[in-house]
Amino acid sequence: MSKNNHEFLITRKNNHYEVVIGLEVHAQIKSNSKLFSSSSTKFGAEPNTQVSLVDAAFPGMLPVINEFCVKQAIKTGIGLKAKINNKSVFDRKNYFYADLPQGYQISQYKHPIVGEGKVILDMPYGQKEIGIERLHLEQDAGKSIHDIDPENTLVDLNRSGVALMEIVSKPDLSSPEEVNIYIKKLRSIMRYLGTCDGNMQEGSLRADVNVSVKKKGEEKLGTRCEIKNVNSIKFMQMAIIYEANRQADLLEEDKTIDQETRLFDTKKNETRSMRSKEDAHDYRYFPDPDLLPLEVTNDFIDSIKLEIPELPDEKKKRFIEKFKLTPYEATILVSDIETSKYFEEVTNNSDIKLATNWITGELFALLNEKNLEISESPISSRNLSKLINLIKNGTISGKIAKAVFEIMTHEDKDPEAIVEEKDLKQESNPKELEKLIDKIINDNQDKVKEYKAGKDKLFGFFVGQIMKVSGGKANPKLVNEILKDKLSR
Amino acid sequence: MTIDLKTIKHISRLSCISLEDEKAQKLAGDLNSIFKFIEKLNELKIEDVEPLTSIAETTLKFRTDEVKSDNIREKILKNSPSDNEDFFVVPKVVE
Amino acid sequence: MSEITSLTLTELVKNIKEKKLSSTEITKAFVERSQKSKELNTYITEDFSSAIEKAKKFDDKPNFDLKLPGIPIAVKDLFCTNGVRTTAGSKILNNFIPTYESTVTQNIWQQGAILLGKLNCDEFAMGSSNETSFFGNVQNPIDKNLVPGGSSGGSASALAANLTPVTIGTDTGGSIRQPASFTGTVGLKPTYGSCSRYGIVAFASSLDQAGPMSKNVKDCALLLEVMSSYDKKDSTSIDFNRSKYSLELNNNIKGKKIGIPKEYRVDDMPIEIEELWKKGIEHVKECGAELVDISLPHTNYALPTYYIVAPAEASSNLARYDGVKYGFRSHGENLIDMYEKTRSEGFGDEVKRRIMIGTYVLSSGYYDAYYLKAQKVRRLIKKDFDVVFNQVDAILTPSTPSSAFKIGEKTNDPISMYLNDIFTVPINLAGLPGISIPAGLDKNDYPLGLQIIGKAFDEQNILNIAYSIEEKINFKNKITDWWIK
Repeated sequence: MSKNNHEFLITRKNNHYEVVIGLEVHAQIKSNSKLFSSSSTKFGAEPNTQVSLVDAAFPGMLPVINEFCVKQAIKTGIGLKAKINNKSVFDRKNYFYADLPQGYQISQYKHPIVGEGKVILDMPYGQKEIGIERLHLEQDAGKSIHDIDPENTLVDLNRSGVALMEIVSKPDLSSPEEVNIYIKKLRSIMRYLGTCDGNMQEGSLRADVNVSVKKKGEEKLGTRCEIKNVNSIKFMQMAIIYEANRQADLLEEDKTIDQETRLFDTKKNETRSMRSKEDAHDYRYFPDPDLLPLEVTNDFIDSIKLEIPELPDEKKKRFIEKFKLTPYEATILVSDIETSKYFEEVTNNSDIKLATNWITGELFALLNEKNLEISESPISSRNLSKLINLIKNGTISGKIAKAVFEIMTHEDKDPEAIVEEKDLKQESNPKELEKLIDKIINDNQDKVKEYKAGKDKLFGFFVGQIMKVSGGKANPKLVNEILKDKLSR
Repeated sequence: MTIDLKTIKHISRLSCISLEDEKAQKLAGDLNSIFKFIEKLNELKIEDVEPLTSIAETTLKFRTDEVKSDNIREKILKNSPSDNEDFFVVPKVVE
Repeated sequence: MSEITSLTLTELVKNIKEKKLSSTEITKAFVERSQKSKELNTYITEDFSSAIEKAKKFDDKPNFDLKLPGIPIAVKDLFCTNGVRTTAGSKILNNFIPTYESTVTQNIWQQGAILLGKLNCDEFAMGSSNETSFFGNVQNPIDKNLVPGGSSGGSASALAANLTPVTIGTDTGGSIRQPASFTGTVGLKPTYGSCSRYGIVAFASSLDQAGPMSKNVKDCALLLEVMSSYDKKDSTSIDFNRSKYSLELNNNIKGKKIGIPKEYRVDDMPIEIEELWKKGIEHVKECGAELVDISLPHTNYALPTYYIVAPAEASSNLARYDGVKYGFRSHGENLIDMYEKTRSEGFGDEVKRRIMIGTYVLSSGYYDAYYLKAQKVRRLIKKDFDVVFNQVDAILTPSTPSSAFKIGEKTNDPISMYLNDIFTVPINLAGLPGISIPAGLDKNDYPLGLQIIGKAFDEQNILNIAYSIEEKINFKNKITDWWIK
């Protein structure tokens, strides 16, 4: 593991500043019902149609914990190679806001369900380990809508009470790029585990970003500011860059940085201070008296361990060994569990090298263009294997295969059938090829003379003519061999 | 340990209850006598005692991940002061 | 035959089952008497016409297998009753109509009982005299301008005045037992976790318990049997083997060891209480039980502990009353302004006082000094009882340090008001069951109660002890119906 970072520095006249970043990621747990009530968690429902009496904090309502959400949190903790705590406590975080019907959020403060762990990032300059401080369970809040009614705020409590995992990293991140890879890695792990779908557009993954700067080489950390509720990687990066620069500027002018909470304004591309009263942050945490401490036995934890699939890091190792992939190729292919499944299905039935190239090349380009997940791929793994086999056994050339691939994007048809129908088999009979080559040579005697005199570039001309005359079907490899041989005589 | 007007104002902000100065003064007085009474606990040496947070002699029981609640939007909004049928309505937050 | 409204629950049930009385007759009798008793101000919401309708319905198709067949019961206005206004004695819930039912009241309706109405109480159960209710003070039927105790003051008063045959209250620091003592009735606070808290307006979650209030121990046992159940909707509800309290009720307490804690002998305790206690001890001896001197060393720290823990939990439980989803809302310029005005106008002074205390003891810098400390002392208080219950089966103490006082007498001095709960509060902190039974009268003929405290889940035992000495005491309330119009 490489010891130090690729340097991301904020440069000023006389100083270079390092950036220290810690992330608090809020990940919505994939579950049918909420953390402490039985309402549905489905995204996109009509306002206030997934709200129970408990969610709306009616008098006398009480929380009852969802076992599956606890399991999901523990599963995620195992995926983060973290310590699972047998005993944890739910605390109330007290504050007032329109989307917080209880006037407090049930969270975990001193005793979270998951302790320290780590996430390994594959950076271009080597692997970097990011420490995880803790993971805890908490309730999500509802939604305040400010822009429908000009005089009022409208409140939708559908999201109120949905289970969240708050994953707190140690301040080990040093650059916007590391943040990008970290979020993607976390997402990947949780999608592998099925504990969070990581869909940032739907709000199932968001982060509070803590940023501070310090002069290059200095030990002591600077004052940090928290940028709340950033819901895309791009915005996180922009916010970090703005904030780090802002802080560096203040330090350059010998001014102090106030420890405060800020918001990222996505329109102006800058962070600004939240104009909240200074004492609004006293959450007065205390253990929730409507609940008891959460106790999970080692047996309970072990049974969850059995449900853990092969995770990205392990899968990457195995792919490199088994399929002789480069670390880069392996990283891409394991980043998403569906991709890795697809890859293994294809390589089960066809040439590995070709499979790697075709998936990371043509297929990914197609999916990106059409904005599709691999699970929605127009071309099935079975048919892609078949296509690759047709190339491998010489039935078609690589170039023809691209054309067949294009046809398959519109209809997931068996490539063998397409090749038959469109008569795309490449001509690999040496006798037939000789006939074609002889014809071209005869028709272009002057150019042959020039070639033999030293104009090597003309080789390509001859190949082009042969391809043209054969309708693109001449086997390029054989054409090359035979042509070379004939021209050398 | 005296509770002054500044503290009362701070606490009233935290608990979202507005207080006129006169009432705040009286409250400070009440609270001071109550806290004098509470100070009695300082007589005890209890550093090594475990705090008791739950008196219920049982463990936290789990619930299964079933969706049980139906759409009860009408019931949920029935008692709200506004007559909006889809949302709760509140005055705007001052940013 | 004596007046219907003077009959006990047990007698009423017997009469119904034997078809000597109909539900309609009984319900009408209590309705009429309640209607004449407005001066006591025990009701916040009357549900009389609906009650009579339900009674008629019961008589049309009676089910005599039920435990409370066709019996009309009024309940404390802290229990959420579906379709019937529930105010918790507060302006902030003045117009709140729940669309759901509390588990405890659901249990009694399921056994055939009929709702008469919602009874007055101290606002959000915070008080010991029913003088903090938004709906005005409650009169103790014992005498004019006398407090009934609190917070279940309306319940105790209505019960003693025979406006309801039995009732249900809640007890957080003594709110069932103290008014029972002040009104000459029986009140029981069960073990924490025995009765579900689902649907009860929460005051202090780790202390609140619903409990039966009645005119005698037998009725109390029957009502507890119906109320107490394991409820999955309440995470602090406990699944234990609940006895058939009324079936197993007996007066054989021979050989039982009863502890007498020396710390309950407080300075300046009125001589009448001292004598009442002595008499109780004699009765217990007569029943064949053994007296044991015991010590509960941390007794004097219970009240300060309670006045940290209860307000702390309350300050958080009452944060939901913000005018957004239900209840009273004041106009505000913006969200925070709306919150502040709503809560300032919607809550009474005592509630505001306790919210402030609670907020303070949880606040940054003070949590360790107050809340954490209180939680530690709470453990010591519980330990005191655990140790003592190795030696004895139950504990006998007075219920209150005085009899009922005049309305207005203690409202200017919060501490003197809080001292009412000195004998009852430790039991809530330890989560134990406790029952108060009327044991005598003071020089003014005001009732005084004795309290029996039991081991956790041992309600049967304290009911049996109470049953035994109730017989010996043979208490008679001196009520003259002075308020009847």
